[in-house]
Amino acid sequence: MMPFAAVVVCSLPAAVVVAAINWHTLLFFLFAALACGFAVAVAAADNVVRMALYLIMSLGATAGLFFLAGAEFVGAMQLMIYVGGTLVLLVFGVMLTAQSPFVSLRSSTGDKVLAGVAAVALLAVLLQAAFSIESWRRPASGVVEQPAATPLGMALVGLRVDEPPSGAPDDAVRSGYLLPFEIVSVHLLVVLVGAAYLARAKRRKTPRPIEVVASVEPPASVAEHAAIGREPGRRGSSVLTGGGA
Amino acid sequence: MVDFLITTVGLPSWLAWTAAAGLAAFLILNLIAGGALVFIWAERKIAARIQDRLGPTRTGGRFGWLQSLADGIKLLAKEDLMPDGADPLLFRIAPYVSFCASFCAFIALPFAFDFVGLRLNVAVFFVIAVLGLEVFGVILAGYASASKWSLFGAMREAAQVVSYEVPLGMCVVVPVMLAGSMDLVTIGEKQAGWFTNWFIFHDPFTFVIFWVYVTCAVASVNRAPFDLAEAESELVAGFHTEYSGLRWSFFFMAEYGSMFLVSVLAAVLFLGGWNGPIPLATLAGLSEGTGDTTGYFVRLLGMANLLGKATLGVLIMMWIRWTLPRLRIDQVMTTCLKYCTPIAAAMFAGAMLWQLALPGGLVAGLSPPTAGVREGWLQEPADAPAAAVVEPAADVAAAGGSR
Repeated sequence: MMPFAAVVVCSLPAAVVVAAINWHTLLFFLFAALACGFAVAVAAADNVVRMALYLIMSLGATAGLFFLAGAEFVGAMQLMIYVGGTLVLLVFGVMLTAQSPFVSLRSSTGDKVLAGVAAVALLAVLLQAAFSIESWRRPASGVVEQPAATPLGMALVGLRVDEPPSGAPDDAVRSGYLLPFEIVSVHLLVVLVGAAYLARAKRRKTPRPIEVVASVEPPASVAEHAAIGREPGRRGSSVLTGGGA
Repeated sequence: MVDFLITTVGLPSWLAWTAAAGLAAFLILNLIAGGALVFIWAERKIAARIQDRLGPTRTGGRFGWLQSLADGIKLLAKEDLMPDGADPLLFRIAPYVSFCASFCAFIALPFAFDFVGLRLNVAVFFVIAVLGLEVFGVILAGYASASKWSLFGAMREAAQVVSYEVPLGMCVVVPVMLAGSMDLVTIGEKQAGWFTNWFIFHDPFTFVIFWVYVTCAVASVNRAPFDLAEAESELVAGFHTEYSGLRWSFFFMAEYGSMFLVSVLAAVLFLGGWNGPIPLATLAGLSEGTGDTTGYFVRLLGMANLLGKATLGVLIMMWIRWTLPRLRIDQVMTTCLKYCTPIAAAMFAGAMLWQLALPGGLVAGLSPPTAGVREGWLQEPADAPAAAVVEPAADVAAAGGSR
């Protein structure tokens, strides 16, 4: 969102200065720098809404990289799911957890060290994976020599390419890890519900002042109405608890 | 256009791309800003007429047609205030986030056959995704203002927009299904011919779902009767209570830009896009597909057509705003979850069945056959073996370059 407009509008004067520009490379480095910079800013910020802003910038720049690579559907998906999802996350995060305005989430030194170790380890794995590929260029003939996804990746989308077809139309065996994958996502939903339950506003034990006033003996006619009003509720509650009696 | 600049004008490639991108951005930016000026004036006049008064009459001579410009100068000169307790960064950036989201969606929007900033084959999806981001600016504004009114407004807006995305998405899927493409240019092209080819008249279900789309579109751009985020009778001014001057006006440009955006989207998806009710150009033997002067002339006519339809849509939104009272938040949610979503789902199923049974549409005899789809991608034949390697479409680059 922001990066697009910024690129389209703000890079014009720079273009005039430099004699000839490879726009693709320039935009790639621009979006990559935006994505990385804002990712660091997410970790460095201590306000949850600012974090969300930086995260959205970072994810939006990643969407820009996808658009640059010609993967428009993935880019739009990135905008829809990740950027839109962060938005909802932000709303619920603020609504469910904020006890006061502008909460500061400053993490302890131990947390920072742990996070740093985890981040460096992940970066090492990713760099190793990235540099292990011999050439990132597309083959000139257009024929893809290597499979685009590993057998594990294919199995995650429901296709076991590692097992040779035995001949029998036994789809249930070869259906891959789609079901476990779905179960994991349901598990995530359960975790979300649980987190919302834990973070909810706690119910007050003591009656609020207005309830105290209301519990003063009402006039006869009002009490009668209240009794009538309460009757279906009592019946309903017995249904809810099983209604055994 | 890039090809034209390289071959005819003789610019180097990088400069041609820069010029093309700059021109597109310039046109879109001016469309939004100029459109906002005109629409704000129109809103004042329409509101006045509906309330049986005159509205602006003096600024700029007759009809007060310079009123918006005068407002703009006033806003420029106004002091830019920020509350003490506000988060300065978020408070400053929020209007731009809103405006950029509105602006970005226009990039993929076609204004006539091939008059489009960036032709995406998932343009519908892109526009809906980006339209949903506009609310982020509102949430930021509401949070960063450190004001209860602002936060209330922002939270209402968040709940409303997130809810209304569901039926809106369902409504948008129906034309995509009928056209068999997410490319807005293709969808518009599919409705060429007489007005009976428009998707709104395709079958009864699409006719109903168009009105669901209108409801959801009004709600998603936060206009009355769904303007709970700035309910001035309860929340002072909602999310922009603390804003003044130019920043405030950015929110309004974003709002009017979004109104225009959903109207253009409605026109392209349901109302034939740039095709007029009567195919005058086709009857006269002209074609918009050719790259010569005639083709451009026909496309300009088409653009006038589309802008006319979109302006009509915006005027109808104003009419709704000054006619209906504001809904309560529970009524807003009821409208979305109990009415719009089930109706949209049922109409979607109905349109699908109709498409299976009567693919020609409601009035098939009157219309010339629909134009063939000029897709840029290679389609895999249905009987191709699944493991076969599909060549990357070489003509994608060609189609991309011919803009």
